[in-house]
Amino acid sequence: MGLECRDVGLVYPARTGEIRALDRISFRVAEHEFVCLVGPSGCGKTTLLKIVAGLLSPSSGEIRYRIPGVDGAPRCAMAFQEHGVFPWMTVLENVAFGLEMRGVPRAERRSRALSFIEQVGLAPFTDNYPHELSVGMRQRVSIARAFATDPEVLLMDEPFGSIDAMTKMILQQELLRIWFAHRKMVLYVTHDIEEAVLLADRVLVMTGRPGRILEEIPVPLPRPRDPRDRDAAESIRIKEHVWSLLEKEVAGGLVRNA
Amino acid sequence: MTRRQSGSGSSFAGWRLASKGLFVLALLAWETSVRAGVVPALFFPAPSTILATLVRSLASGEMAEHLAATLGRVLAGFLLGSVPGFALGLFMGWSPALRRVLDPFVAAAHPIPKISIFPLLLILFGVGAFPKILIVAIGVFFPILINTMTGVQQINPIYFEVARNYGADWRKTLLRVVIPGSIPFVLAGARIALNVGLTLAIAVELVSAEKGLGAVIWLSWQTFRTEYLYAGIVLASILGIGFRNLVRLLSARLAPWQTETHH
Repeated sequence: MGLECRDVGLVYPARTGEIRALDRISFRVAEHEFVCLVGPSGCGKTTLLKIVAGLLSPSSGEIRYRIPGVDGAPRCAMAFQEHGVFPWMTVLENVAFGLEMRGVPRAERRSRALSFIEQVGLAPFTDNYPHELSVGMRQRVSIARAFATDPEVLLMDEPFGSIDAMTKMILQQELLRIWFAHRKMVLYVTHDIEEAVLLADRVLVMTGRPGRILEEIPVPLPRPRDPRDRDAAESIRIKEHVWSLLEKEVAGGLVRNA
Repeated sequence: MTRRQSGSGSSFAGWRLASKGLFVLALLAWETSVRAGVVPALFFPAPSTILATLVRSLASGEMAEHLAATLGRVLAGFLLGSVPGFALGLFMGWSPALRRVLDPFVAAAHPIPKISIFPLLLILFGVGAFPKILIVAIGVFFPILINTMTGVQQINPIYFEVARNYGADWRKTLLRVVIPGSIPFVLAGARIALNVGLTLAIAVELVSAEKGLGAVIWLSWQTFRTEYLYAGIVLASILGIGFRNLVRLLSARLAPWQTETHH
């Protein structure tokens, strides 16, 4: 049950021959599970996420979904890095966009969107345009939109990557709360180990290019979680383990890119 | 993204005042040099004379009629040329294949002086109102097309991915991404196009019309009533300012997410 990524590989042509971006990637995400993908920059995390979303086709392998009550491809909502919210739509229109595309009637999408706008604390900004908001607030719009669309699968691409540390903690808290209330299947890309261990039920560690899954690390910390619990002994142990795996990859990448 | 500027120690009001001051100063210099006989009044009538002529001829309805004729041609031509220019620009901006096929034709047709095909249009459509409107339309078509195309091309690809990810079909993508994403460029194009249209309308009127600013300018030149010639030119300038204000008004309505129009 859930999402299965089986032997996914991606090769694309370049001036100097073929570039292998992803190499035989296999993993599963169960229903209601929160899985984080971590890896050094340039390892193809975002590319993998786009393949899962169906925005890119893999060169080999396949993505399979088995979700009860859903025939064919399920609804994937993606929360993009920066700039994912439309500058020409108000907060309300942005959050309701997924529902609008699904043909949900206006009144219903308005009330659903408003509920999620309130959940991310943007109620006073419902009719504002994104340029009137801070980067952190825009990211909340992106997350509210993803949740409001009521997807079977939520894909998040470093949604807090460009946000300052303090705002990030608040947003992580909000994300944990909203996720705990709705329990969607989430695949979350980040290069922040702290964040991965805080959010995930399982962390998938990727290698540098070509990206492969190096190890799957379960995170058996109790829920609901809070960013303030990050110094718990178990949490630290897991983070150290993830870092021990990634250290070589990141250092190797530095040498390769030098 | 915010376009509000408050820099360099001076307020907007200050700059506006400087702009008006410069204008008044230039007029004063002109007026005094005509009165002092430094420049010939026949070729450069004093601003006060031009203004008096303008007011008198507008009040009598004579100039108003010419103004209306020109403005009518410009607006009719604008509608006729901007609609297909906008539509084609959207799809050429959106589809690289279509752009590759059609852009060379656009590039080749664009620099042809539109007025040079006017005799041809006269033969094809007769001497009525239509060829004059058509020539304006042809002139308007290009800046609208090119700006719309550029406007679509500069839309960040991520918005297309977001739309696809949320299941937008091509029509929804057109309405919710392609059109709003390109609107600021389209409006900048509209301002250029209105002025191109005005220039062409006047050019056509110079050679073949009884009514219109071009007709006034040509007739007054032939009869050496140069104050009328200048009055026509002043009206063209006033129309230019009107076009700018019209586009600003449209920007505020059609692109309210842009705090300040930057063109």
